[in-house]
Amino acid sequence: MSWAEIGLVVLRVVLTFGLLLVVTVINVWAERKILADMQNRIGPDRAGPWGILQTVADGLKLFFKESVTPRRVELGMFLLAPFLAVVPAFLIFMMVPWGRPVVIGGNEMPLQGADLNIGLLFILAMSSLAVYAVILAGWSSGSKYPLLGGVRATAQAISYEAAMGLSMVAVVVFTATQGEGGTLSLSEIVTRQSGNWGDISPLFAWVPRWNVFPQIAAFVIFLIAIVAETNRAPFDLVEAEQEIVGFHAEYSGMRFAMFFLAEYVNIFSMSAIAATLFLGGWNGPTFEGVVPGLVSALLPTVWFLAKTYAIVFVFFWVRATLPRLRYDQLMTLGWKRLIPAAVVWLVVSSVVMGWRQFGPPWS
Amino acid sequence: MGVFGEFLKGLKVTGGVMLRTISGRELVTTRYPQEMREKPQRFHGRHVLNRYPDGMEKCIGCQLCAGVCPADCIYVRGKDNDPDNPVSPGERYGYVYEVNMLRCIFCGLCVEACPTEAITMTHLFEMSTTNRQDAIYTRETLLMDERGRVPHVFPNDPLADLSELDAADGWLKATAPAGVAAYEGFVMWRETPGPGDWSPEPSQEERDRRSETEDG
Ligand code: SF4
Ligand code: SF4
Repeated sequence: MSWAEIGLVVLRVVLTFGLLLVVTVINVWAERKILADMQNRIGPDRAGPWGILQTVADGLKLFFKESVTPRRVELGMFLLAPFLAVVPAFLIFMMVPWGRPVVIGGNEMPLQGADLNIGLLFILAMSSLAVYAVILAGWSSGSKYPLLGGVRATAQAISYEAAMGLSMVAVVVFTATQGEGGTLSLSEIVTRQSGNWGDISPLFAWVPRWNVFPQIAAFVIFLIAIVAETNRAPFDLVEAEQEIVGFHAEYSGMRFAMFFLAEYVNIFSMSAIAATLFLGGWNGPTFEGVVPGLVSALLPTVWFLAKTYAIVFVFFWVRATLPRLRYDQLMTLGWKRLIPAAVVWLVVSSVVMGWRQFGPPWS
Repeated sequence: MGVFGEFLKGLKVTGGVMLRTISGRELVTTRYPQEMREKPQRFHGRHVLNRYPDGMEKCIGCQLCAGVCPADCIYVRGKDNDPDNPVSPGERYGYVYEVNMLRCIFCGLCVEACPTEAITMTHLFEMSTTNRQDAIYTRETLLMDERGRVPHVFPNDPLADLSELDAADGWLKATAPAGVAAYEGFVMWRETPGPGDWSPEPSQEERDRRSETEDG
């Protein structure tokens, strides 16, 4: 491996990391601003133009706050848990291709932290790992409310992870019929969504070849599951920051900020994954030759961000709209509705695709 | 379709509100220190101790306000007037008068209880202090001077709007002299040198007409 290649790897990891940090800072502000708009308020408007530096101000404030360590904590775990929350959140995004590969000095650089061929499995693994942060934070706080909050959060995350995984499987099975063999790599899944549905019928020649059209049910299930997975309203009863706080009740200062950061990083990563799996990732018109080369190289990133932000906006919109679910309603929705729906959809769509690819079973 | 339809209906409501807020048609908050809202006439702000036109203090140190205060935040000690040089027209005057603004709930019961309308309220509500001692308003900060000006605790406070101190609350005018509702058109306490607009309460018809033109 030459130095140039190593440099490119470092560059793309740093770029991915930087992108994630910037959009997270913007997201926290955007959520407050959008919620304010939906509630007839002005929202943060003091720090910087339109208050866009509000997150920076809040972060600095938390940075200078005392990180209280209660007397009865299990210190090692107590200190480890915030990192366990943040690290998987960042690693998940490393899998997501956020732009078309660019060529720098003869070397091709994919705009993606790392292109694992088991990308989806890695994402599932990391999002399961994040559950440890929650349960360890709750348990090591040495106080009963965080412990109960941790148990609630863990139960919810595990329940909805099943539905999330199943809807992902439907996409993977579908993607396998779209090219040479199956794949779990996100960049490959994106590549297979380029083009349009013109081969089904000329009527659909203007419809982009995104997975969301044949996999609409999986998309809806996935959306619901990621809202629950990231503990957002209306599934935020595990922390319910207004009333019961939940697993991070004993955390303050920078340690709390890390949980907060992880939550918002997760919102963006999960939306990015939804955009990648269902909305064609960075696919979109690049107007090659019509506009300057640099612009058409950056346009895929713009498409990717636009799709992701559309989903992020839905997150905020739903939060402003729906009241919080009760715990039993949450579990009922997860186990009795979403998981059976995901299983049925997986079976049905697999049968249909098998039929289309190999003909009817009696042939 | 039931749940899903309701869900979409909810999204429509919040989305509509958002569009109306962004276009500025339905904003309910203001950018506070730059943009202050007009306060209602009967706003309950900080207290003020009034004087008669001849400069005499109105407070007679009867302690009725202290007795009625539900938050128990007024402390009054009366003292006999010197017959040759009286402070108030009564037998006694409020020698010590303290209101603990940290405890006050701004219910206005003290205003209602006072037999001489000595204590009233202004429209000033920016009263934050950096220590508890400053939150206890004494005779010096409560009592208006002989020209009817009310002292401000922090005259250099950037938020201090001294004109608010001149805007007396509408409490007096809202209360009938004899406790009956037929106070319309009465000029009450016009002789008071204190601040505020002491024109008579408009009649109900007048007020209806005004609010209609304001709405329309
Ligand atoms: S307004 Fe109410 S609480 Fe405040 S001093 Fe008067 S009686 Fe007491
Ligand atoms: S303010 Fe009024 S009620 Fe209170 S002591 Fe003075 S005269 Fe009495």
